[in-house]
This record gives sequence, structure tokens and C-alpha cells, in this order.
Amino acid sequence: MRGATHARRAVCAVAAVLAAAACEAEASGGGDAGAVLSASWGDPQNPLEPANTNEVQGGKVLDMVFRGLKRYDPVTGEAKDMLAERIETSDSRNFTVTVKDGWTFSNGEKVTARSFVDAWNYGASLRNNQRNAYFFGYIKGYDQVHPEEGEQTADTLSGLKVTGERTFTVELAQKFSTFPDTLGYNAFAPLPRAFFDDHDAWVRKPVGNGPYLVDSYTRGSQMSLRTWNDYPGPDKARNGGVDLKVYTDANTAYTDLMAGNLDLADDIPAAQLKNVRSDLGDRYLNTPAGILQTLAFPYYDDAWNKPGSEKVRTGLSMAIDRKQITDTIFQRTRTPATDWTSPVLGEDGGYRAGLCGDACAYRPDEAKRLIREGGGLPGGKVTITFNADTGSHREWVNAVCNSINNALDDEHACTADPVGTFADFRGRITDRKMTGLFRAGWQMDYPLIQNFLQPLYYTGASSNDGMWSNERFDGLVDRANQETDDAKAVGLFQQAEEVVRDDMAAIPLWYQNGSAGWSERLSDVRLNPFSVPVYDQIKVG
Amino acid sequence: MGRYVVRRLIQMVPVFVGATLLIFLMVNVMGDPVAGLCGERRCDPATAARLEQEFGLDEPVWRQYLTYMGNVFTGDFGTAFNGQEVTELMATAFPVTIRLTLIAILFEVVVGIALGVVTGLRRGRPVDTGVLLFTLVVVSVPTFVTGLLLQLLLGVEWGWIRPSVSSGAPFDELILPGLVLASVSLAYVTRLTRTSIAENRRSDYVRTAVAKGLPHRRVVVRHLLRNSLIPVVTFIGADIGFLMGGAIVTERIFNIHGVGYQLYQGILRQNTQTVVGFVTVLVLVFLVANLVVDLLYAVLDPRIRYA
Repeated sequence: MRGATHARRAVCAVAAVLAAAACEAEASGGGDAGAVLSASWGDPQNPLEPANTNEVQGGKVLDMVFRGLKRYDPVTGEAKDMLAERIETSDSRNFTVTVKDGWTFSNGEKVTARSFVDAWNYGASLRNNQRNAYFFGYIKGYDQVHPEEGEQTADTLSGLKVTGERTFTVELAQKFSTFPDTLGYNAFAPLPRAFFDDHDAWVRKPVGNGPYLVDSYTRGSQMSLRTWNDYPGPDKARNGGVDLKVYTDANTAYTDLMAGNLDLADDIPAAQLKNVRSDLGDRYLNTPAGILQTLAFPYYDDAWNKPGSEKVRTGLSMAIDRKQITDTIFQRTRTPATDWTSPVLGEDGGYRAGLCGDACAYRPDEAKRLIREGGGLPGGKVTITFNADTGSHREWVNAVCNSINNALDDEHACTADPVGTFADFRGRITDRKMTGLFRAGWQMDYPLIQNFLQPLYYTGASSNDGMWSNERFDGLVDRANQETDDAKAVGLFQQAEEVVRDDMAAIPLWYQNGSAGWSERLSDVRLNPFSVPVYDQIKVG
Repeated sequence: MGRYVVRRLIQMVPVFVGATLLIFLMVNVMGDPVAGLCGERRCDPATAARLEQEFGLDEPVWRQYLTYMGNVFTGDFGTAFNGQEVTELMATAFPVTIRLTLIAILFEVVVGIALGVVTGLRRGRPVDTGVLLFTLVVVSVPTFVTGLLLQLLLGVEWGWIRPSVSSGAPFDELILPGLVLASVSLAYVTRLTRTSIAENRRSDYVRTAVAKGLPHRRVVVRHLLRNSLIPVVTFIGADIGFLMGGAIVTERIFNIHGVGYQLYQGILRQNTQTVVGFVTVLVLVFLVANLVVDLLYAVLDPRIRYA
């Protein structure tokens, strides 16, 4: 490809005498629309089905191969209509969806209302073991299709009805005004008949309706995606395709990038953060992503759930010097958190800098006083449990503990408690075996303030690992979900967030950034709020 | 000879069962693998139960082991969590690792033994001291340091090679990883050969051969080397199994998608099926390699007879 570019430059040089303008126009238009770039990738953990992919590596592929009713703007994160012509509701509970005309899957099949309804029914059905099934939990009939235990009593969601070739209705189990904005999540993508007719073949080579086609897929090592020339959408790819290469180690990907062997590496390894600026100059990007790191508490343990312990929790939060840790350990690729959401939501979306106030500032004296007033640390000391296998957690956990120990003038106040593997760590959380603080990370599913609060702090919610429960919080969230006015809903969610703050349900640590580095061939590289590169906008050459 | 082989094969059965059982138990002790499948959140209980049932995790461990072994004998190694058959993973991973191991062994045999013979024959000379020093350095520097250093120098600074191996992993791209993988063993082979050659040089049969007026080359290759190779062959035989399973570090550095990569991924994701499957095959490789080594003794030294 590089050769081709050189050759064309030469041709341009010759032609320059004759018609300089033509070449210039093409050069400023940017790059070779047919050129293919290579990008780093990791082996997806689960089969590549839309409702079965819950991590970023599989998400990269789905983002290229599928387009849903909505799509989150790569810059603002706002949910914009993609395949949806309109989504109407009068009561925040019954929605009528009209699908745009003219969309097809890359195998020629038309995208109809049925493509969505079938896909959602498949995703919700217990029988299909889809990891993201709970996304359909708001739709009426979910408890029959996906009961907590026992066999399912229905095959399809009773809340979904096809009413025309391009229209279908959705009835929710309860009011949820921002439901349409959740529809940009991959789990809600439409599926072609081929998915159901020959499932094995489809999983080997997914067929979707997005700007890219899967050209070849060697599991565990490489996937070649090529631009779909007949793509009907507005966001046609500006390059010829993407070769996703599996790297076991982000360091190797970085080395390959340095050697000119790879065009795009997202997730720059922590060890390289110090020299990434000098290595890549302005070919490096470090932008906020919808990821918040927190420390959660086990509320099932009485030591953490008694009157006054909110003072202890707030005190611990004030004993952590977030700024110093993000500056030294993370080289500013993370930002000290001052609320429980993420900057990617924007002010209108519900992010409010400083909502946490003094409770998230480093106030060692105050911290000492609050912990004393609250009855002291349970048993005189705390542990922070984390998984030691990925994500270089050990460094920052040690730093947090040091910070707490310094603030409390007690060398043994806080100790790190590593768990060998992520699976074991999750297992202990699920089995409620935690006795002290534990690492909790939240990567948003869709850019809504609701997604940062309800799944994590609502009584009995799917990711409420600490089993925190607060009636006032639950009430505010219920009211916010029923509110049809977006601004009012956001206001109510922020009030709920204040309840989280006053009780210090979890200690917010820092907002995480996404990072990427690229070769000289590329331009217009961006990361979306999910820290996935926006492949279709990248120009090559 | 035949009876010996049969006896050895029968002895393999308890070793094989014991090794796989141990691995199976160890992977199981690590905790509930399904818990790690849903990312940072709890799997909803119904899906978790379904997944456990699908992977047979809801049964007691001994039952799981028996079912697993029963399936293994019919060639079914189960399914990995990403929905791929473990046999499919093996079919892609083992050819790559076998190529890598072959290159590593080739380096050990050709370079290691050659250096060993040269130094053994010139004991105390500058060549000997130089090679000894060099092997000392190689042995004491960990593989990941040599690997990363060579990768950075040859791949990034000088641009002679690609720093990572492409997904097809052809022989020519595996030369450097093979050398890195072989480096430590290569040093041992050199030292073993050297000592053995130096010792046997003064033995009666060598003196006789020289006295007979045999050409120097024939004395060294046919008489001296052949008799000196027994400890070296033992070492290399044991090394085959070690190289195949122990390439995790090298495979990670050079992004080779072989056995080490699959094992690493399997352990991280706590995927019993993958880990036990691969280790089972590695155990078999180890046992067979040891048998072949024992049989080679008889070829090298006619005084050894098996009955």
C-alpha cells in the first residue's frame, strides 16, 4: 500500500505541471480510500453475537459490522437516529419504532422491523445463554423469557410486536423515558435471517448492516474487514478496510507500531506512557472515556453497615490523594473523579464536576477526624481486594493504601489484598465473600447518567456488588425514569447521586481515559466515548 | 526391545492419569470460571446456571473429571468459553509451536554440540574460555530480557526483522524467537558436550583409535562424539517437552499464537477445558520424548541393551 502511495505521488509530481489542482484536491481530501490499515486487537472472550459481547474487543468488531436504531456520536456521545426514522411515545412506556427505508444487510436482505424483533427475542431468551440478556429486562415479558430460575415459559417477549414491514411496538414493564437512548448499544443491533438459519456459519463469519464486511476471520489471530461499497448509511468508511491483529501483549503491539509494522494501537501499555510523547509526538491521543474506577464496600458485612460508618467511608475517601496518584502512576491518563458519572456525558447529560465536593478532596486531618467519629476502621484496619492478573491494578492499590496510611499516621491501616485471576475475583464478589474495600470499575454501556447510577446502586441491581440499598435513592431513580422531560430527569438523577455522596456508597477514584497511537500513514484518528477507535473515519495515506 | 517398549508404555498410564488429575484439580481450585465471563458485573443467575450446565460445571469435580477423560479418549476435548472446540485451538496452536520447537532444537543440536566439541577439544585455550564466558552470560540473563532486547535491536532499531510474528508463523519469521527460546538450553548443551568430550578424550578407546592410525575426523565423530552424547541426548529429550509448554514468555514477546498463548489465555480466563486439554497433550509429548531418549541410548552405546 505504501508503494502505491509513493507511486501516485510520483505521478502527481509529473502531472503537476499539467494540472496541479487535481492532485492537490485529492491530497487535501485526504488519503487513499482503498487503502487498508492494520490495528491491534484482542481475542474476544465470547462468541461474536451482538447480545453476547460485553467487552471492548468484540465491541470493536460489532461497531464496524453493525448499525442499530441509534448510534452514539463519536465526539459528543449523543444518541442520534441511525436506522430509526422515528421512535414515538406518549407515556414513556409504549414506544412505536419506525425503521428507515432502504437499509439492507450486506448479503442483500432488507433490514425490517422483524430483523430487530427477532434479534431482541434471541438476545433475551434464556436458552441462548446471551451474556447481555439483561439489557432486554426493561421490556415486558422478560421474566417469562428469562426467569431467575427454572425453565422459560415463553419464547418471545410479549412486549414486542411487529405492526408493519418497517414498524414495531415496544411495551416496557415500567416507565423508562430515556429507553430510546439506550438503543445504540450493540445488543440492540438487527440480525439477518442467516444468523438463525445457519448460526455456526454466521459466527464464523458475521454478516451485518454496517460500513464494513468481514472478509476473513481466523479465530484467535486475525480478522480482515473490508469496506462495503454498497453501504447505504451516511457514515461510509473513508478507508479500504481494517485488518485487526490479535496481540497477546500490548507491549508487542506498541513495539510493532514503532517498527512500522502496525498502523493503530489502542490501549498504550502503562510502561510506555512515559515515552509515548517523544516516540509518537502528535500521533498519540489520550481522551476521556466512559469509565469510572471506584472502591466499593461490602454492605452485607455488618461492620460496614452500621450507623456512623458513612463517616468512616467518607473519611477513607478524603484520605486518598487522587491527584498525586493519577499524576505519578498513570501519567495523567486518568483524572481525579469529582462525581459518580463521567465527563463524556457532558453537562447536559448529567456530569457535574465537583458534585462530590470536599468528600473527594485530599483532606488528611478531616479524614482522621471523621474516621474517629465514625467509630474507627472496622477491626482497626482495612484491605483493598483486587485482581492481580490484568490492568496493572497492583501499583495503584498500593498507592491508595500508602495514601490512607500516611493520612491516618498508621502504617498498618490499609493493606492490599490481591486475588490471582479476574474470574476468581468476580467469583468472590458474587459469593459475597468480601470483607473490606474492593476494586470496582464501571465502563458505561450507553452514555446516560442512568447507566452510571441505576445498575450500580439501585437495590438489587445487576451490578450492585456491594449490596448497597437506600430507599431515597431508589425513589429518586424511579421518579427520574418516569420523567419525560430530559433535563428534569437528569436533575433527579443528580439528586440521587447526592444521596450516593452523602452515604459514600462507593468511593470514586478517577475517570479513565482511552489512549491510542498511530503510524504516519493515518490521520483523523478518534476514540469514541467507549474508548473504541472510530475506524470508519480514519484516513490512510 | 519390544517388551521393554510395551512395559514403558504401560508405565505411562498412571503417570498420565495422575498428571491430568492434578491439573484438573488445580484449575478447579482457582474458583468459579463462570464468574469471570460477564465482565465487571455479575452474570444474571439464570444465565450463569445455564452456562455452568453447558460446560458441565454443575457436577461434582470427580464426575467432571471422569466425563472429561471419557470424552478425551473419543477425541473430544470439549469447548472453550468463546465457543471454539479445543481440538480446533490445538490444530492451530500446535503446528506453530512445533515449528518453533524444531527451530529451537535445531539451534541446540547444531550450534550447541558444535561449540561443545570445539571447546572440548581445545580445553583451556582462548576459544574455550571465550565460549564458556559467553554461555555463562546467556544462562544468567533471563529469556524475556534477551527476547525484548533482540526484538528492539533487530526489529525496531535496525529494522532487519519484523518485531512480531504474523499469524501464519512461517519458518523464517520464527528464527529469532527460536534462537531466543533455545538460548539458555543451548548454553547448557554446549557445556554438557564440552565436559563430556574433554573427559572421554583421555579414555582408552580414543587412544586406541588414534594409535590405529584412524583419521582425526573419524576419531572425533565416530568414537569420541558418539560416546559423549548420552548426557546431551537426555537433556535435549527432556527439553522438547519443556520448550513446547514453556514457550509462554517467548510467545508473548513475539506475539506467536501457539501453545503458550493458548495456555496463558486459558489460565487467565480460567478455562478448564483449554488448560487441561493442552497440558494433557504436553504430558503425552513429554512421556513419548522420554521414551525415545531411552531408546536412543541403545543406539548410541551398543553396550546398553533393553530386555
